[in-house]
Amino acid sequence: MGATVADTIRELTREHIDQNDGLVLGQCLTAVGWVQNTVPAQEHGIVELPMTDIAGAGIAVGAALTGRRPIFILRFQSLVWLNASPLVNHAAKAKTTFGYPCPLFIRASGDESNSMGPVHSGTHHAPFMYMPGLPVVAPMTPMEYRSIWKHFLEHDDPMFVSEHRISYKSDREMPDIIRSGASITLFSISATRFNAVEAVEVLEQKGIIANLVHVLWLKPFKIDDHTISALVDSGCGLVLDSGHEICGASRSIAYELTNMSGVKVRALALEDRSSGVASFCENLSPSSERIIEEINSMVAE
Amino acid sequence: MENITKRHPDFGAIENLPAAMGPEFAVDMYRRFAFAHHFENCAREVHAEGNITCLIYLSLGQESIPAGVSAGLAYLSPWVAGQHRGHSIYLCFGGRPIPLIDELLGMPSGCCGGMAGSPPIHDMENRIIGHIGLIGDQVPVSSGVALSNPEDQVVCFFGDGAAEEDYVLSALGFAASKKLNILFVCEDNDLSVLTPTETRRSWQVGDIAGSFGLECVDIADDPWLVGHWARELAGRPALMNVRTCRDVWHVGSGSDGAPEWNRRELTLQKVSELGLAAELAEIDRNTQRTVEKLWAQRLQIRSEN
Repeated sequence: MGATVADTIRELTREHIDQNDGLVLGQCLTAVGWVQNTVPAQEHGIVELPMTDIAGAGIAVGAALTGRRPIFILRFQSLVWLNASPLVNHAAKAKTTFGYPCPLFIRASGDESNSMGPVHSGTHHAPFMYMPGLPVVAPMTPMEYRSIWKHFLEHDDPMFVSEHRISYKSDREMPDIIRSGASITLFSISATRFNAVEAVEVLEQKGIIANLVHVLWLKPFKIDDHTISALVDSGCGLVLDSGHEICGASRSIAYELTNMSGVKVRALALEDRSSGVASFCENLSPSSERIIEEINSMVAE
Repeated sequence: MENITKRHPDFGAIENLPAAMGPEFAVDMYRRFAFAHHFENCAREVHAEGNITCLIYLSLGQESIPAGVSAGLAYLSPWVAGQHRGHSIYLCFGGRPIPLIDELLGMPSGCCGGMAGSPPIHDMENRIIGHIGLIGDQVPVSSGVALSNPEDQVVCFFGDGAAEEDYVLSALGFAASKKLNILFVCEDNDLSVLTPTETRRSWQVGDIAGSFGLECVDIADDPWLVGHWARELAGRPALMNVRTCRDVWHVGSGSDGAPEWNRRELTLQKVSELGLAAELAEIDRNTQRTVEKLWAQRLQIRSEN
């Protein structure tokens, strides 16, 4: 097994502390598991914040103003609802308001299932796509993580990194799948990507060819002409996400893709209800079965 | 009753302090005070004439606090985070006046390029960090600056209203816990817009900060007293609650009448007692002339573009 996503994050973090005088800030980082083994088990360069969510984000913003490019870790992505103000009002607006940057790397760890319940489950990257000045990415593979980290170091914007715990133990890369004769083009975000890969394999066995495009950059949404051509050739598209569908990343990107291509692109993501602890109450990323069902419906049209 | 006693211009006074601090401090402090005062007078006049259209938060009446802190800590070249009523803080700590005038006049050459107006002014070259406009935001942010620059002194100003924000209190606790090199200065004018402190809360900022482990003083806005305590408290996590009087509206250039005390007049009296009246009167005249000229020039440039 190669380096997993967790291994990659941990090693990049260690290098940042050792080589760049970097800082890592967050709550309960040194507790059990070191945030799913994504934080190097060391004291140097790691700041345990008190359990103060708004102030904690403000402290991270301040640490970013004078050049140490801190990593701010949110163990659960749901905490961003508390942390958001300094991130979107100060970090995201510093460059346009003041003319100086606030390069803060915001690691927000999404999760689902595991009896996470109504608050701590899910991903919440969509509200951050809404605010200007804050690029939003959702890396799910080791190479993707390295690429967005490199981008962060080479630019001076803050970055909202929508991680997902489902990816941490994975060492696989997930290249886009684009083939001639495809009936649909899928654009998949976050943990749903793992389900989408399964769905494409199952569909292929049933004679339905689907393109699969993995979306790393949510904002700015990046797509090349080759992919747009593939979407046009397939005749329809579907954006999949692990966040909520209404006002979410999936519908926003589906709208952009429709405008870019002239092809009808739909969205499929979490239902409009809170997730519960018991398995029958959960509201999860679209499963491969649900994706297949939606694709069958669209292809039949 | 305790609170009423604290709302007094001599609260916390130290006998013979101006003489003990010497003429150098008095002259340096007064240069800063005078510049801020005349700048704000001009801004008030220009606003009243309708030539400033952004929301303006004037610091008239409160100039002595940044004048005292900046003169007291000049030798440390501190990082400074101001509050939304921050023109005097910006100017006393060396912020360049022309970019501030231009910002207030809505010109692209303003310190925020016309994006921000009165509260979010900054001058990073002079270590003055911008205030984004959200009350108290600067308290955790400046704590982060202190965390990442442990060798440098950081000064963070906020108002008595901001002290009630949960994240402000949390940041004070963080600074104490991590033993940050930061001096918090609460400019306590006893008003949040027009709601007095005693209507809003039952506690004192210094008591809370002290319980977190910050060294604290609670004093009036005598600039010698402020400068003295800034020096005494530098180099460790500390807080000064400074009782002061806002001379104008919360926002805008109007007034609700005479303040509880006039710190400028009281300062001039003390200057006289030190035998510096003539020297400082000349500083005052020259400063007023300089500042009025700057405003006139910038208004002229704006009218030509």
